[in-house]
Amino acid sequence: MIEAWLVAVAQTLLYVAGAPLLAGWVKRLKCHMQNRAAPSLFQPYRDIAKLLRKHTVLAENASWLFRTAPYVIFGATLLAAAVVPLVALQLPTAAIADAIVLAGFLALARFFIALAGLDVGTAFGGMGSSREMMIGALAEPALLMTVFTVSMSASTTNLSEAMGFTLTSGLVLRPSFVFAMLGLMLVAVAETGRVPVDNPATHLELTMVHEAMILEYTGRHLALIEWASAIKLMLYMTLIANLFLPWGIAIELAPRELAGGLVAIAAKLALLGMVLVVWEISLAKMRVFRVPPYLGSAFLLSLLGMLTNVVLETGG
Amino acid sequence: MSPIDLAYVALAGALASALVSLGAERWPLLLRAGSFALLGVSGIAALAGGVAALFAAAPSTSALPLGLPWLPWHLRLDPLSGFFLAVVGLVVFAVSLYGPGYMRGYVHARNRQSLVALGLFTGLFILGMYLVIMAGDAFLFMVAWELMSVASYFLVAHQHQHAANRRAAFLYLLMAHVAGIAILLAFGVLAGFGGGYTFENMRAAELGATWSSIAFALAFFGFGMKAGMVPVHAWLPEAHPVAPSHISALMSGVMLKVALYGLIRFVYDLIGDVHWEWGVAMLLIGSASALLGVLYAMVRNNLKRLLAYSSIENVGIILSALGLSIIFVGTGHPVLGVLGLIAALYHILGHALFKGLLFLGAGAIAHSSHEYDLNNMGGLIRRMPQTALFMLIGCMAIAGLPPLTGFVSEWLTFQVALQAPRLESGVLRALIPVTAATLALAAALAAATFVKVFGIAFLGQARTRQARHAREVDIGMRAAMALLALGCVLFGVLQNVVINAIDVVPQMLIGQGLPTATAGSFLWFTPISPKVASYSAPLVFVAIFGIAGLTWLFVHTRRTTTRRGYPWECGYGQVNARMQYTATAFSQPIQRIFAPVWDLREDIDEKRHPSQPQIVASIRHQVQAFDKSWSRLYEPIGHLVLAGARRIGLIQTGSIHTYLAYSFFTLLFLLWVVT
Repeated sequence: MIEAWLVAVAQTLLYVAGAPLLAGWVKRLKCHMQNRAAPSLFQPYRDIAKLLRKHTVLAENASWLFRTAPYVIFGATLLAAAVVPLVALQLPTAAIADAIVLAGFLALARFFIALAGLDVGTAFGGMGSSREMMIGALAEPALLMTVFTVSMSASTTNLSEAMGFTLTSGLVLRPSFVFAMLGLMLVAVAETGRVPVDNPATHLELTMVHEAMILEYTGRHLALIEWASAIKLMLYMTLIANLFLPWGIAIELAPRELAGGLVAIAAKLALLGMVLVVWEISLAKMRVFRVPPYLGSAFLLSLLGMLTNVVLETGG
Repeated sequence: MSPIDLAYVALAGALASALVSLGAERWPLLLRAGSFALLGVSGIAALAGGVAALFAAAPSTSALPLGLPWLPWHLRLDPLSGFFLAVVGLVVFAVSLYGPGYMRGYVHARNRQSLVALGLFTGLFILGMYLVIMAGDAFLFMVAWELMSVASYFLVAHQHQHAANRRAAFLYLLMAHVAGIAILLAFGVLAGFGGGYTFENMRAAELGATWSSIAFALAFFGFGMKAGMVPVHAWLPEAHPVAPSHISALMSGVMLKVALYGLIRFVYDLIGDVHWEWGVAMLLIGSASALLGVLYAMVRNNLKRLLAYSSIENVGIILSALGLSIIFVGTGHPVLGVLGLIAALYHILGHALFKGLLFLGAGAIAHSSHEYDLNNMGGLIRRMPQTALFMLIGCMAIAGLPPLTGFVSEWLTFQVALQAPRLESGVLRALIPVTAATLALAAALAAATFVKVFGIAFLGQARTRQARHAREVDIGMRAAMALLALGCVLFGVLQNVVINAIDVVPQMLIGQGLPTATAGSFLWFTPISPKVASYSAPLVFVAIFGIAGLTWLFVHTRRTTTRRGYPWECGYGQVNARMQYTATAFSQPIQRIFAPVWDLREDIDEKRHPSQPQIVASIRHQVQAFDKSWSRLYEPIGHLVLAGARRIGLIQTGSIHTYLAYSFFTLLFLLWVVT
């Protein structure tokens, strides 16, 4: 039991340590694809280290909420990550919270980041918060719909159990899972603020969403928020990879199995990073009011997945 | 003391509080000190009696020598009544702490309204709610129901100098009576078959499927109307906000629950034999209420009105959970039915706490800044830091964020909905997850709504002078909010304690409890089985604080300083309060996406520069979102009633001869009938 908890803690720390690397990988790949000079793979680590060393400047009227929010955001995001099995199944953290609670953690982080955006009282902050809550309000049901689809097949909302279900049922093509996976990918793009919904690299006033909310953050606060977004990206990619293609993940806590799981997830994340980059460079950023139809289609895909599950797979 | 004795203390306290207020006009202190102290005693007694009834071995009963000669008033306290009595008692106690400070504004108001009326009807209103919950026969139930409705009518009409308030109060009274008639008829059906007005008789009634469905439809309409379900909700957001805030807290937080109590009592206990089709109706109406309620709430800028609309959303969530419960009980899955019922009860408890808290918070803002409109607030977190903290907890709880109380019930509802594959019917299997997704959308929109509430009211810069000079409220008001906020946290974290306590209610109603739910320990909650789903709120609570704390320690050991500077203002100079997003602006994207839901009226008034027409000198944008149920449901019905009245009015000539002729012919007709 203690062993399992230790592995769970180690896995959570792996999220903390690995997330900037994944962000660096995506950034580097994107630069290569666009024929630009690419930063080092470890640039995100240097950025975070630099921000942590810097002095913090707060807006003169920033309240206690503004200063607390980064910690809550980081804590909630990390807790959400702890729930998603990365290298091994059957960990106790997956039992603390299931897929629905995972959505709840992400909602908690979003709630605080939106409030932080409103705290100083600038136009940008409000704009970012308002748009973020709009995107969030539409993305969350789509996410839950995906979760419902998967958990109705696997008859569990426990992520570890659901991944185990996919693993044991072998390589069968489930139409419902295909739809759910597509839906989840669209949601993931929106939730992690990637092109075409938001652009993490922009500071153009009228288009930013995430960046607008955190415009007033500096120093260690900014470092925590950037780190949390990197973890969130890794969390979503892991969710897609391990929920639908869990092969390679460790079932037992033997060192060899764990090493295998680590290699497998690294390969899967690298691959998904490539998919993301191809997706990002082949699309242009959408107008804000194009986002609702986009997320609506994510919702519809998941709904379709659920209906195919009801009609085809359970034989009603 | 047995539970029923405690309940008598509660009743006596409420009655005494009403009577003491009769002298309030002369000695206002009598209202502020005496009346609220008695209410506090009454609330504590109700809470204690309710909790005792949850743990009592058998229901305690008693009869009062009042009422009809052959039908004394029966009082009965079983676990279901006990649960609701405890919920009411808790909120009443919080209100009794809050009242003395809040009443100061009313006592010293320039155009002060009758304090006697306020105190008297508050006491009677609470007395009515207690009696509804404890009633053991339909006669006392209806008397208490009317007492509750009429007393609250006077509270809604308290500030009757405004025409809008008078209109709201009239609408409220009208709707309460339409609902009352439906409930009376529903009881009539049961009494007709059962041969008596006591609940014992009604339980024994043998109804066919048709008659029990008719009784259900009438009760669902009546109680649902009082609870504010869509589409018969329009009175609620008119009436609840115009009452004084502590009364709004009672109305939204508790009175709606009393209506839901009536529904649960009627369907599960009195009818007993439920049909799954009823559950489908309830589920559909519940999800529609949840979604429309929150959308209507989202676009409101008047804080109290926004909160009233959000009550409709929460009633929708509760109805959905009840609907799921009925579907599963009706199709022979009682364990899942139990789970649905527990989800509903949990949300009833949670909503009483956080909605009570939010209304008290809205009252605190109104008390210290005299503002009700979000667009006139801002920056209150600096002026009222403690109120801000409590409101933040309330907003998080109502937004359904873990690990607070709103989340547990939503999670449970989702878990029940996900058991849909166990059902035979393919339609239901597809329908239930879709309604669950609707609830998910409603929950996400609720989060957006309460970011708006907290962000616009408490964060940013003060938008008006009053908001800039707001002061923290007195200790009693803060204590009341602190109590409810603590409840939101505790009942969210200690989910197993709560569920163990309320498990007796489904045991009584469905004849089954949750054996596996909390079997593990107080940490793990596994409603169906550990493999299917588990949630551990205590661990989540500890983990969030643990991780945040560790992170804080980690990043704070570095040698960095914190200093203050100007926010980024695009190089235009000082940021001022008018540059911030307003409440209207905040909800604009969602308003645009879901535009067909409202009757939107948008005015853009643009003034051009006189000499250079390409320059806009001033622009004024106004948008109003009207509730569609007015234009689609209420106004047509109103027109129909008026047109009908006009037709009948044709026989009214105003001349005595005609009326005499009418009487003569009626008499003749009756004689003909008799012979």
